[in-house]
Amino acid sequence: MFGSFIKKSRAKSPWIMHFDCGSCNGCDIEVLACLTPLYDVERFGVINVGNPKHADVLLVTGTVNHRNKKVLKNIYDQMPEPKAVIAIGACGNSGGVFREAYNVVGGVDKVIPVDVYVPGCPAKPEAIIDGVVAGLAKFAQKVEEA
Amino acid sequence: MDTLILVIIGLVAGPILGGLIAGLDRRVTAWFQSRQGPPIMQAFYDVAKLLGKEKMVVNQWQILCAWVYLIAAATSVALFFAQGDLLLIFFVQAVGAVFLVMGAMAAKSPYSQVGAQRELMQILAYEPVLILVFVGFYLVTGSFSIEAVWSQEMPLLAKMPLLYLALGYALTIKLRKSPFDFSTSHHGHQELVKGVLTEYSGPYLALIEIAHWYETILVLGLCALFWHTNVAWMAVLLVATYMLEILVDNTMARMTWRWMLKRVWVLGMGMSVVNLIWLYAG
Ligand code: SF4
Repeated sequence: MFGSFIKKSRAKSPWIMHFDCGSCNGCDIEVLACLTPLYDVERFGVINVGNPKHADVLLVTGTVNHRNKKVLKNIYDQMPEPKAVIAIGACGNSGGVFREAYNVVGGVDKVIPVDVYVPGCPAKPEAIIDGVVAGLAKFAQKVEEA
Repeated sequence: MDTLILVIIGLVAGPILGGLIAGLDRRVTAWFQSRQGPPIMQAFYDVAKLLGKEKMVVNQWQILCAWVYLIAAATSVALFFAQGDLLLIFFVQAVGAVFLVMGAMAAKSPYSQVGAQRELMQILAYEPVLILVFVGFYLVTGSFSIEAVWSQEMPLLAKMPLLYLALGYALTIKLRKSPFDFSTSHHGHQELVKGVLTEYSGPYLALIEIAHWYETILVLGLCALFWHTNVAWMAVLLVATYMLEILVDNTMARMTWRWMLKRVWVLGMGMSVVNLIWLYAG
């Protein structure tokens, strides 16, 4: 019984951590907009934490480049399982308009496994919330299989 | 036998009430900010989720410290429900508080180190106030045991109003609410990442959260002792006190620890001493 309560709680209490891999700030402010009273993601139990050790979901915005890919990997490794990664915006998904630049590695999935891709430039807050919900469903499934 | 039953009630009801209060707290805070806020049960979801996460520790000390913190907090609540000795309760909860600091010190991370130092400052601020409140209990009832409180005719609030206000300071610090939330804070307002809690994760963070619920209940229980004659008034007093805490939390900014020490020592201890002199002379 307690086990099933834990499983149910995972989807009800996603603590998100937001990492900016050199975004133009467009996607970042949309992520933060989700926390404002208008969208109020806290009603779904979401807390924006600043610490990878407490986080369940990693939201990554911006293009990954050669300098910050190590940081991204490090943050990902510090998060305890089960965890989910959501790439936000055209930049996070593929590198976006910057993908041809010499310093750019590409999308987030070149460095860490990504569960959900949220499109848009910038991604809309509604799409980000959708992405988090889809990410939670995925990670519930992952836990089920493990 | 009765004592044993009371202890068990305390151990079980402590976290349940504490979790509900934490959930209500977030609801009311959201209402202040014209948001809807999470469900009341949210605190339980959070802890259950944390319990189910991978166990990651920086070193073995953290495990020990988290457990000692929880056990000390639970023991102090159990002693409180068993009508035990106030001084003993005080020392047991102080042991827990010190182990929380030790756990944070055990990790090298600068965030948790700074958090630990600040937590020490907070302990330094509220412990003397707590002890003075207990001295007030002694002057009124002639004993440090909680049982002696029940034999009083009048609510203690009539005799120690200033001590109650001073206890309010201790409550704010214990609940880690603004303006005294610098060692760690809840939710949105982060400055030091999570201060003392930075290096804890998963199940051990859950243990600390449960211990925090116990401590909330302990301090609210102490507040309840101030109006022991009538249950309805006791409830009114507790609800009013807690609402005031939430209001203060939402309207105040975080201050520096120097500000806290000055404020709590001069005002909190000043009020306590005035009240004690009044009790002693009266
Ligand atoms: S996807 Fe668009 S808005 Fe988002 S970081 Fe890239 S360029 Fe900026």
